Amino acid sequence: MPKYLLLKHYRGGPEPHRPVPPMDQWAPEDVEAHMAFLRHVSELLEKNGEYVDAQALTPARTWVRYGGPDAAPVTTDGPLPETSDLVAGWYMIDVESHERAVELAAYVSSEPGPGGEPLYEWIDVREVMSDAPTGTDPA
Amino acid sequence: MIDARVQRLDEGTLRALVPRVLAGLVRRGEDFDVAEDALQEALLEALRVWPEHPPRDPRAWLTTVATRRLVDARRSEVARHRREETTYTEPRPAATEDGDDTLFLLFCCCHPDLAPASQVALTLRAVGGLTTREIADAFYVPEATMAQRISRAKLTLRGRRFDQPGDLAVVLRVLYLVYTVGHTGRVDLAGEAIRLARQLTLATQEPEARGLLALMLLNHARLPARLDPAGRIVTLDRQDRGLWDTREIAEGVRVLQSALAIQTEERRLGRYQVEAAIAALHDDVASAEETDWPQILAWYDDLVALTEDPVRQDPAAVLGRAVAVGHVLGAAAGLRETDRLREVIGERHRWHAVRGYLHELDGDPSAAAMAYAEAARRATNVAERDHLVRQAARARTGWGVQDWCCQRMPCSG
Repeated sequence: MPKYLLLKHYRGGPEPHRPVPPMDQWAPEDVEAHMAFLRHVSELLEKNGEYVDAQALTPARTWVRYGGPDAAPVTTDGPLPETSDLVAGWYMIDVESHERAVELAAYVSSEPGPGGEPLYEWIDVREVMSDAPTGTDPA
Repeated sequence: MIDARVQRLDEGTLRALVPRVLAGLVRRGEDFDVAEDALQEALLEALRVWPEHPPRDPRAWLTTVATRRLVDARRSEVARHRREETTYTEPRPAATEDGDDTLFLLFCCCHPDLAPASQVALTLRAVGGLTTREIADAFYVPEATMAQRISRAKLTLRGRRFDQPGDLAVVLRVLYLVYTVGHTGRVDLAGEAIRLARQLTLATQEPEARGLLALMLLNHARLPARLDPAGRIVTLDRQDRGLWDTREIAEGVRVLQSALAIQTEERRLGRYQVEAAIAALHDDVASAEETDWPQILAWYDDLVALTEDPVRQDPAAVLGRAVAVGHVLGAAAGLRETDRLREVIGERHRWHAVRGYLHELDGDPSAAAMAYAEAARRATNVAERDHLVRQAARARTGWGVQDWCCQRMPCSG
């Protein structure tokens, strides 16, 4: 069974289908509904036997590279720190097929936003490469 | 039937015996890491053998089997060394106070040469008797990672002599660390820290050990009210106080009083006792409105007086004091107190969260909402982040005007 990451972004990706303000500016009941939906997604994935992992990332980012011999690491917050892609978190799922991963991503994207209407958030679906070679010889 | 007995042996008898047997071996001059390995093997054997053949004296049994393992290990290193056999028949160590053993082992595990994460892991395994798997689960790391951390810690201790009394302050800090990380995981580390601190108070007359135990009990008593059934954080002022554990509060107050009673004039009051006193004042009232803020502020004054430069050395105390100042002298005064911390912890979520609280107290929900939102962006824990987003949304609703700047910022779940 292939594993997929369903990545959520703080920013970046295609033009939003429905622009919304940050969540701290939503009505409290909309915030509650949204958070309840996210809990529900984790529970649903576990119940289906499709859940592997779910994590959230803080928005702080530091790019780091080797500084050379005897030099400190070089760090920056990157080119275009205000607009570049920024991952917010993910679900890792273990599913039958790519189609199933797409179906689940669309379901995640239906999460309620302001006014209880779906957010239509873009979800980045990525397949995880497996470690082990398969049992058959490559052609 | 057998399973239930194994379970009982595992949880009760075995775990209590771990520090005593290990302390006996180390006192006899065995290397800490080798002795710990041998004891782990003896414990596995006990789980296999005891359900069918319960030993008459479990401690002696474990000591004998662990000793045999030590001999085996040495034999494989130094082939046929007859001298080693003497250990086998050596009488078991004289019975010592259990408390002494606990203290002795805590000093070993909290050796200043070890990093805090290693001190914690080693303490939980060698004194708490948790398995590597349980400790790994508690810290959400793979078991192999935790096993490696423990074995590196033990290597660091190899050859160290444990004939000097250790630093009790380090032990207390490690136990408090175990307590504070222990509220969310699958393993009840908070309960474990309380159990260890209780043992520690049997071994030392030091008031700060009791202060720490009191602080843990008085905070732990509020645990059932701290999250609602959906897992959402409930702040102290909104908690259902009927859910607080009154038995734990009573014990905490009793332990704190006994600490303050043995506290002498020339000794400075320790920080755990002061923090416990503050926790006791919160625990003592039936509603948030009745909180004795002037008294709490007086204790915070004592707390910040413990360090030369509290803003830099103990910003958490200054931040806690700012809340008390806000209640006693007014929110604006509290906010001024937080200003002093801007340079030191102005990037941390808690600083913004406290300012949000004080702005609300000040009747300024718009500033509160902005501070809470700022705090949410800096939170490093999902439950706290979600809580702060809710606080922001709630404050903003009170404020009325919906400031909908259409940023491209999706909810980040």
